[in-house]
Amino acid sequence: MSRKFTPKVVTANDLLIGDVVYLTADNRWTREHHEAELIEDEAHAQLRLLDGAAQKNVVVGVYLADAIAGPDGPEPIHFREVFRTRGPSNYAMGKQVGELPGPRQH
Amino acid sequence: MYSYNEFDEAFVRERVAQFSQQVARRIDGSLTEDEFKPLRLMNGLYLQLHAYMLRVAIPYGTLNPNQMRQLAHIAETWDKGYGHFTTRQNIQFNWPLLKDVPAMLSALADVGMHAIQTSGNCVRNVTSDHFAGAAADEIEDPRPYAELLRQWSTDHPEFSFLPRKFKIAITGAPNDRAVTKAHDIGLRMVRGPKGQPGFEVLVGGGLGRTPMIGQVVREFLPIEDLLPYTEAILSVYNLLGRRDNKYKARIKITVHETGLDEIRRLVEERFAEIRPTFHGHDQDLLEDIRAAFAPPAFRNAPTDAHDAALADPVYRAWADTNLAAHRNAQYAIVTISLKKHGETPGDATADQMRLMADLAERYGHGELRISHEQNVILPHVHKADLPAVHAALRGAGLGTANIGLISDMIACPGMDYCALATARSIPVAQDIATRFDELKLEHDVGPLKIKISGCINACGHHHVGHIGILGLDRAGVENYQITLGGDGTETAVIGERAGPGFAYDEIVPAIERLVQAYLKNREAPEETFLEAYRRLGLGPFKAALYPAEGKQDAA
Ligand code: HEM
Ligand code: SF4
Repeated sequence: MSRKFTPKVVTANDLLIGDVVYLTADNRWTREHHEAELIEDEAHAQLRLLDGAAQKNVVVGVYLADAIAGPDGPEPIHFREVFRTRGPSNYAMGKQVGELPGPRQH
Repeated sequence: MYSYNEFDEAFVRERVAQFSQQVARRIDGSLTEDEFKPLRLMNGLYLQLHAYMLRVAIPYGTLNPNQMRQLAHIAETWDKGYGHFTTRQNIQFNWPLLKDVPAMLSALADVGMHAIQTSGNCVRNVTSDHFAGAAADEIEDPRPYAELLRQWSTDHPEFSFLPRKFKIAITGAPNDRAVTKAHDIGLRMVRGPKGQPGFEVLVGGGLGRTPMIGQVVREFLPIEDLLPYTEAILSVYNLLGRRDNKYKARIKITVHETGLDEIRRLVEERFAEIRPTFHGHDQDLLEDIRAAFAPPAFRNAPTDAHDAALADPVYRAWADTNLAAHRNAQYAIVTISLKKHGETPGDATADQMRLMADLAERYGHGELRISHEQNVILPHVHKADLPAVHAALRGAGLGTANIGLISDMIACPGMDYCALATARSIPVAQDIATRFDELKLEHDVGPLKIKISGCINACGHHHVGHIGILGLDRAGVENYQITLGGDGTETAVIGERAGPGFAYDEIVPAIERLVQAYLKNREAPEETFLEAYRRLGLGPFKAALYPAEGKQDAA
């Protein structure tokens, strides 16, 4: 018996800035988790992972992360992925304040 | 302080130039990530959770004011305005852009700094006692030996691809402030039969998933044998170390599997072979290095200002915890706390770095140190200047009087930054510090070391914390396991696991119960937490941690 497949999103880090990104259904990389393609089928997930990994000069460290359908689009399940959508909890930096990596804009 | 000669300078510059080319070729796509990754790691550049991370070595923790100012400049120009000082006497920048890293490395080279060998299976930054050259209990300043080891190990052709990373720590004092027993090689300066200084050599210590305390492989090593003997240990390890299994590749496993006596025999055999190939050039070099570490010209002046200031309770509290005995009785060693309650342990802003640099220049004979406990030290401050130093520190949020107390915690970056983490460390440390600040118990509790790591790699040294906290992932939620009774000093011990872990919102109350149990059970206020634990064992602490179980047992 195969286990029920948990839906996935394809995620990675942007090569140039290191920021966390997600693959959309129309093949863009977005910084917003809820814009990602929620993949409900296992075979399709493997294909999309290959599509993402093929973009070697755009992103690094491509992998599939568990997700669930929410009112505004996919939401992360595991706490690690939740942290990746927002940034560190000791400072208001990174995604939670709409900042990219790199120096603070004064 | 040691400053680069032309050779060092040219070497570091060339590395920066090479890496700039490599980054350019990665960006234009002519290098793949598989090709680029080992190159970036050789230059201290990691990819972490939210961004790249640049790890910069602070050899044996020593910095001069210009170097500190340059770190501030880098933090502001290419990062978000702060840096994180680590347990391996490095500084990490958490938000650089790939394209900016060559400029950062170049800025470092301008002040004789670099990120070489801060990653990879090579000899890492050699760490040392942060009170080196100043401590009253010291036999000799260990830093010239650390510098000698650094020069010898940098780009050493035989030791660039060891089975695993290799860490050496060195102390010149009997009080071990460098955790030498938890390193691959620990060097402790001792006196030989004729009173001459030399080293006790420990091997096979380490934390991580299989924590072990180092064992003595040589009781007395004459100073002139330091390089050949270290080389002998490394070449034996290079040959025997497990390359088949990353988790068994550290020298601690080699020592464990081979046996200390056999390791000693092999090392001595190899040592006898290579000893004659060292013709004394290393000793000439050592002489030059020693000269660079000559003590500053200490001033002779009255210390009344300090004595008078002690009447102020705020100053007094700071003096009690943050000052340590200097070898010159008119002087003190000042530890600047980077652990203000509720702040991130080990972080300093660019402004704070600049202030510390200014104080070092003005009152500290131009020296700064970074401790493995993530604080900054001004090793030589005349007592007459202490009130001024204290006032300036307070003005910058750096006057916290908590060195050695509960809130002086080590915390690794954990899942707020680190890609390997299984749970967060920093907010737990922040919450514990804030809670004990509210309780106003901290000074009453006295010396107590809490150390926290966000995964089994143990970068936060939790195994050697009096209270150690290890963050884990238990079925998709953060869980924290407690170890008790660890010790990272000359009496080093690995802590004992207390029992099942705690959820994120249970960990601070659990620590509070532990500390209350100590306060209830201690014989006298002078008995420290660690002493009480050694006397009483796990029993009363376990009962405090797991009260419900106690009730069940009683029923
Ligand atoms: C955020 C990036 C980091 C990564 C990827 C990383 C990686 C690792 C890994 C893989 C190990 C286990 C090695 C082994 O035992 O074989 C380790 C151990 C260690 N790391 Fe880190 N670390 C990081 C940050 C830090 C920081 C910030 C510190 C200092 C605060 C640090 C200090 C240490 C120490 C002391 C150990 C224990 C090694 C031992 O004695 O066996 N690391 N680290
Ligand atoms: S202990 Fe784990 S989480 Fe913490 S810095 Fe080290 S590798 Fe990262």
